[in-house]
Amino acid sequence: MWPSLRPAILLLAVNFAASSHAQAPAELHFCLHGEPKTFNPLLVDDEASENIRYLTGGVLIRVNRQTQALEPGLAESWRVSPDGRQITFQLRKGIYFSDGSRFSSEDVAYTMRLLMDPQTHSATGDAFRSGSGTVVVKTPSPYIAVVTFPAPVAGMERLFDQVAILSAKSPKKEQSVLGPYYVSEYKAGSYVLLRRNPNYWRHDAQGRQLPYIDTVRLDIQRNRDIEMMRFRRGELQLVNRVDAQQFDELKKENPAAARNAGTGLDGEELWFNQAASSTLPDFKKKWFQSTDFRRAVSLAINREDLARVVFAGYATPAFGPVSPSNQFWFNAKLPAPKHDPKAALALIAGAGFQLQNGTLKDSMGNRVEFTLITNSGNAAREKMATMIQQDLSDIGISVKVVTLDFPSLIERITRTFDYDACLLGLVNTDLDPNSQMTVWLSSGENHQWNPNQQTPATAWEAEIDQLMREETSLANEKLRKAKFDRVQEIVAEQQPFIYLVNKNALSAVSAQVIGASPVALNPQTFWNIDTLRLDPTQQIGSKQ
Amino acid sequence: MIQRVFRGVSWSILAIVFACTLFAEGFTHYPYARQFRELPNAAPSTIHLLGTDDLGRDLFARVVYGTRVSLLLAPAAALLATAIAAVLGGLAGLRGGRLESLILACADLLMSLPLLFVLIALRAFLPLGISPLLSVVATFVTLGLLGWPSSLRVVCAASRNLRQSDHMLLARATGYSNTQLLFRQVIPNLRPIFLAQFWISIPLFILTEATLSMLGLGVMEPLPSWGNLLRGCEDFGAMSANPWRLVPLLLLVITVICFQLILHSSEEPA
Repeated sequence: MWPSLRPAILLLAVNFAASSHAQAPAELHFCLHGEPKTFNPLLVDDEASENIRYLTGGVLIRVNRQTQALEPGLAESWRVSPDGRQITFQLRKGIYFSDGSRFSSEDVAYTMRLLMDPQTHSATGDAFRSGSGTVVVKTPSPYIAVVTFPAPVAGMERLFDQVAILSAKSPKKEQSVLGPYYVSEYKAGSYVLLRRNPNYWRHDAQGRQLPYIDTVRLDIQRNRDIEMMRFRRGELQLVNRVDAQQFDELKKENPAAARNAGTGLDGEELWFNQAASSTLPDFKKKWFQSTDFRRAVSLAINREDLARVVFAGYATPAFGPVSPSNQFWFNAKLPAPKHDPKAALALIAGAGFQLQNGTLKDSMGNRVEFTLITNSGNAAREKMATMIQQDLSDIGISVKVVTLDFPSLIERITRTFDYDACLLGLVNTDLDPNSQMTVWLSSGENHQWNPNQQTPATAWEAEIDQLMREETSLANEKLRKAKFDRVQEIVAEQQPFIYLVNKNALSAVSAQVIGASPVALNPQTFWNIDTLRLDPTQQIGSKQ
Repeated sequence: MIQRVFRGVSWSILAIVFACTLFAEGFTHYPYARQFRELPNAAPSTIHLLGTDDLGRDLFARVVYGTRVSLLLAPAAALLATAIAAVLGGLAGLRGGRLESLILACADLLMSLPLLFVLIALRAFLPLGISPLLSVVATFVTLGLLGWPSSLRVVCAASRNLRQSDHMLLARATGYSNTQLLFRQVIPNLRPIFLAQFWISIPLFILTEATLSMLGLGVMEPLPSWGNLLRGCEDFGAMSANPWRLVPLLLLVITVICFQLILHSSEEPA
């Protein structure tokens, strides 16, 4: 009897092993915060599509999100000409797209032609447009590609981090990829399923082909509260951009899961409406155009309190347009932000303002009061506005806080200019200041305090215009940095934007994920997706 | 008997709540807007009876003043909505014909619009420079001006029945003028309907204001209202850590129940 049972016991043992293997997490789960608008990497202009591009696209040069340095991707090496107009790539050999077609310089040429074609309307392509004329791509050999631009392109190498190479020959076109994953399934409004690219070119130190994780499931989930709830239940393994309060709670529950990558790139700021076409009364325009007024407001705001109370300490007081986490472009010589209501009153007194019975009045006797608008539904911003309201009341300024739905707010700050001051945040995805050209040029539409100027309204705006144009035309990074440092100094002196805080890059990482090392840059938690592993001893659905 | 007890208890609770809000200054030690930034999310203590909110503001003071705002303005808005419903609904029901069709069509049109979106759109058109108090009055007036159609249909149906009733026919036959008909027949007969609609509207408007504030579009900071106090309950994690923050919700629930019990008992046959 016993011998006859042996095969059955063996079979059971095999089944048990197989079932325990099946229970090991085979998929990495996390969320996209919106529907991807496109799977064409050249047409990306939203966060969800950008994440898909990052996970599926192969690029010639990659910005290492941790060191912020450039690393070879599909190009083994590259060389930029001294005039900053030409870049020569030496490509890796023996690389194949996910559908099996061979990668060569023809694919680079094909991608660049499509990217720079005005008919493509590519936001990524726009970043390369430095002057009129066409972009020429030469392919002297299957492994050398030479791209020549009509004019110097500042920070050219970094821009290639956004260019996912398409296959010139594959009938699948953008579905054929060179990145670690390819899109396997997509159910609108529900999920995107990515599978491991069997031809991915990268290998680990032991020679094993990357990525380690076979499939990645991206659930489309707009609601951050639900996302965190699902993470706590063990249904998700990564969460980017966690809200400070939720991070604080998670840290108490599960300290190992709460990851703080330090100061992030995103900032919060307020500005006064200085638009010439605004319908504000002249005396208000005069206040808002006064540098001393803006500097006094800046001095009266207690940024330390904002960081501590609103962001539970997970933010850093800000004083300039560049976050300290942007290692190269941050100007460390800028003075640290101060909170000094007495100095604010002294400064504003010099500009003709007087404090009378706790109320600040201008030289004409007008009571200094203004409305601060912000978008409704953003609890942190509403709290900041309420705290600024109290801070400014200490120097006699009366602030009314008004929350508006986002379309109404955008209408006011971009079209009607019917507002006094606005509190909003800037989401930075690019380290290079060139991505902010429309903010800094006085003719730019995102030059929020006074957009679309025909000629610069002030001498300092004219100087910023000149510095930014010079900086863009330079190929030398050090010279560019010197120019942009000066821009940061002018902005700190003139305070057209009153920078408040830089939020920390907070994320949540499950114990199931091995190798995660969240960073300040996007995509915070999965920037090293190809080297992430899942712990086979942990099961999907287990509590974090 | 039980109905009477419920009614008495409800009236007593509402009276206490109203008294507390009317004489808020006597109960609270701190201004509702003052931020004790060293004490955010503090637990209840002898200094701060209900603790503090996430900006360090005294929660007791905010609840008392917030109750004043919501509890005084919601009945005012309900009165406005009921008055409009009474005039238009009464006119439609008593006159009948094309006028009735026209008024009912207008009511249907207004009912077909999503109230919340209309309120958000109207809120966006308000001038930015108005004071928080004016903004809250504007919010409730808007609620009153838009919240009458459902009451109108009820009033209209009751008026129509009244118009066709025997005692109205008798009153007309005995030579009552229109004014006499209005004051001696119509208003006394429709009074319970008006009262019912008024009581129904109060909690409805309180909840609508709360919804608007939950969306950040209600009463402007730093003025408290039940709505913006309830925004503090959005974060379930923070709630479980600071359960005393549920007091505004508790107060809202109790008040709405009291209004419903009073309404229910007033509908009972004497």
